[in-house]
Amino acid sequence: MLEKAFVGGRKYWTWMACLLGIMGLGFIMWLWQFRVGLGITGLSRDVSWGFYIGQFTYLVGVAAAGVMVVIPYYIHNYKAFGRITILAEFMAVGAVSMCLLFILVDLGNPVRALNVMLHPTPGSVLFWDMIVLNGYLFLNIFIGWNVLSAERKGSLPPGWIKPFIYLSIPWAISIHTVTAYLYAGLPGRHFWLTAVMAPRFLSSAFCAGPSLLILLCLIVRKTTRFDPGKEQILTLGGIVAYALILNVFLFVCELFTVFYSQIPGHMDHFTYLFFGLHGQGNLAPMMWAAFGLMAMAIILLVIPACRRDEGILAVACVLTIIGTWIDKGFGLVVGGFVPNPLHEVTEYWPTLPEALIALGVWATGLLIISVLYKVATTVKEEGEQKRA
Amino acid sequence: MGVNRRKFLKIAGMSTLGAAAVPASSALAAVNPIEWLDKKLGGFTPFETLLHLFHTPVGFKPGEALTGKQWVMVVNVKELDDEIAEACRETCHRVHNVPQIDNPRHEIKWIWHSEYKHVFTGQHNEHIAEKYHHLPFLVMCNHCENPACVRVCPTKATFKRKQDGIVLMDMHRCIGCRFCMAACPFGARSFNWIIPWPRESAGTLPRFRKGKEPPNPEYPTRVKGVVEKCNFCAERLAKGQIPACVEVCQEAAKEKGKEPALAFGDLADPDSEVRELLHSHFSIRRKPELGTGPNVYYIV
Ligand code: SF4
Ligand code: SF4
Repeated sequence: MLEKAFVGGRKYWTWMACLLGIMGLGFIMWLWQFRVGLGITGLSRDVSWGFYIGQFTYLVGVAAAGVMVVIPYYIHNYKAFGRITILAEFMAVGAVSMCLLFILVDLGNPVRALNVMLHPTPGSVLFWDMIVLNGYLFLNIFIGWNVLSAERKGSLPPGWIKPFIYLSIPWAISIHTVTAYLYAGLPGRHFWLTAVMAPRFLSSAFCAGPSLLILLCLIVRKTTRFDPGKEQILTLGGIVAYALILNVFLFVCELFTVFYSQIPGHMDHFTYLFFGLHGQGNLAPMMWAAFGLMAMAIILLVIPACRRDEGILAVACVLTIIGTWIDKGFGLVVGGFVPNPLHEVTEYWPTLPEALIALGVWATGLLIISVLYKVATTVKEEGEQKRA
Repeated sequence: MGVNRRKFLKIAGMSTLGAAAVPASSALAAVNPIEWLDKKLGGFTPFETLLHLFHTPVGFKPGEALTGKQWVMVVNVKELDDEIAEACRETCHRVHNVPQIDNPRHEIKWIWHSEYKHVFTGQHNEHIAEKYHHLPFLVMCNHCENPACVRVCPTKATFKRKQDGIVLMDMHRCIGCRFCMAACPFGARSFNWIIPWPRESAGTLPRFRKGKEPPNPEYPTRVKGVVEKCNFCAERLAKGQIPACVEVCQEAAKEKGKEPALAFGDLADPDSEVRELLHSHFSIRRKPELGTGPNVYYIV
């Protein structure tokens, strides 16, 4: 089936060429980083994780969000989503690939990455994260490919694929839960040391992921003859609305505990993020923007007339994606490190090479998604032609 | 403190003498042969000793080593001044080839000093006696009882050595994920953000750090992209020497006729100097509420 990715019009090839160009640039920057060290990033002794790990965290969420389509279709027998499960699964494949790449570019010693397997350490959450992420990647490729092959032959997917599909549901939850546990079990990092971390991760995942999927569906409709369907998009819109509200609600729960208890160690991180601490606060505008955008998105999404208008829905999705991206891909990671354990403030801002490497990874993920979507939509187009 | 100093030397001496004395006494007392072997090998298991034949911790000689069940450091805060603190930092960093990097973002610190309010966050109040505000509190890795850094490491590159409780780093295994840095509640760990020593890149160098050679040829250098921290001078203990910073403090104390600012010893040994110090003084530890069980004590 993969050969279908090699047939395409001019626009398709231009798009692919652009992605390859960005990937190339990112790769060159990464070679530089590989040679001279992570010192070319904005990271420091105090803020030792930043942009890369933030993107990783965010994208785990996007990947996990595939279940928001799989659950209604396979468990609640909501037939309409049958049209787009493959799109959700392939989006997850792209997202998990990016996750793994972001971990790799963040390592100080990428050539030793296999040490995680050579010296398995079940006590380390990172060890489990590696297992669940790779497992999820495998599951989605495996399921997506088999279901699509069957569809191409005009037959139903083989029965033995069902257990894998059911397995993929808790597995999706697990990738984001385990990722939250990376943070939520560290003594002395009060910003992360909270039981709502995993629920918050999941809720933000379930609004960011479907938002991205809605945008992808709209793009697919524009650029191919396959229409993912109006009903599908609108239902996804509803899911985004619920999840986004839940996300903000959980954040408010967090705020209450932190600020009503008035424990300085817990308040400092929030104060830093939103108001600055000791006169330093270069993340504050972004954090306010993030919650402003999310609030706007909620307003657009809860008004039925707006949500049902695909144009406005698309805007709300973009707002959601940017808002949650800042909150989780940036504030969450950096906020945990400032102030540092000695209560000093060291600020963080990504450098240009760092941003370019991250962009390169995004381009790689988009390339994977584009190839897989190209295959999927071609198969769907052909199937519909045959039936017509 | 003279007595205590002697006790130190006694431990050091005993372990050398021990090599000869132990077999005789063990024959008499019919002690457990494994224990006997263990002592004979200076606290390392036979397997570890075998390993060391191929992968030598620098200068390690069985029988000479200082051994203990749980090493601890006691910081006698009243004896600290900027000069001593700086001497400790300088010596430690020199004997361990710690890269000297000026950019504070990329700095590597094994031992350094900071103010009370930074070291004992949460225990600070405005009315603490003036002299404590600016005392240079020495800080280093606490070699915790229940170290968070060890718990999170996905490769066991950082581990707690069973026989004496030191939390060590294997810089050849570390993948540089920095999970341990996020986990340590004391900011004790540093990462090699840039190439630490020129020899790594064989000739063609980036512009920084050109031409500097590691000061201590006996201690290994490391590559970029790994985490490092204080090791309680494990390589010196293996040779029967006390940690470098403690030695500095003892010498300075002798010169000035004062008490040394740092003391080091085995917490499990009821006769040790550190036990005596902790017994007779009020001491505190950093963030004990987090349950990591720091093994650096501060007498205030
Ligand atoms: S002080 Fe930090 S680095 Fe040292 S043992 Fe404790 S947790 Fe680990
Ligand atoms: S940076 Fe190295 S020592 Fe620290 S957790 Fe990762 S592999 Fe372990």
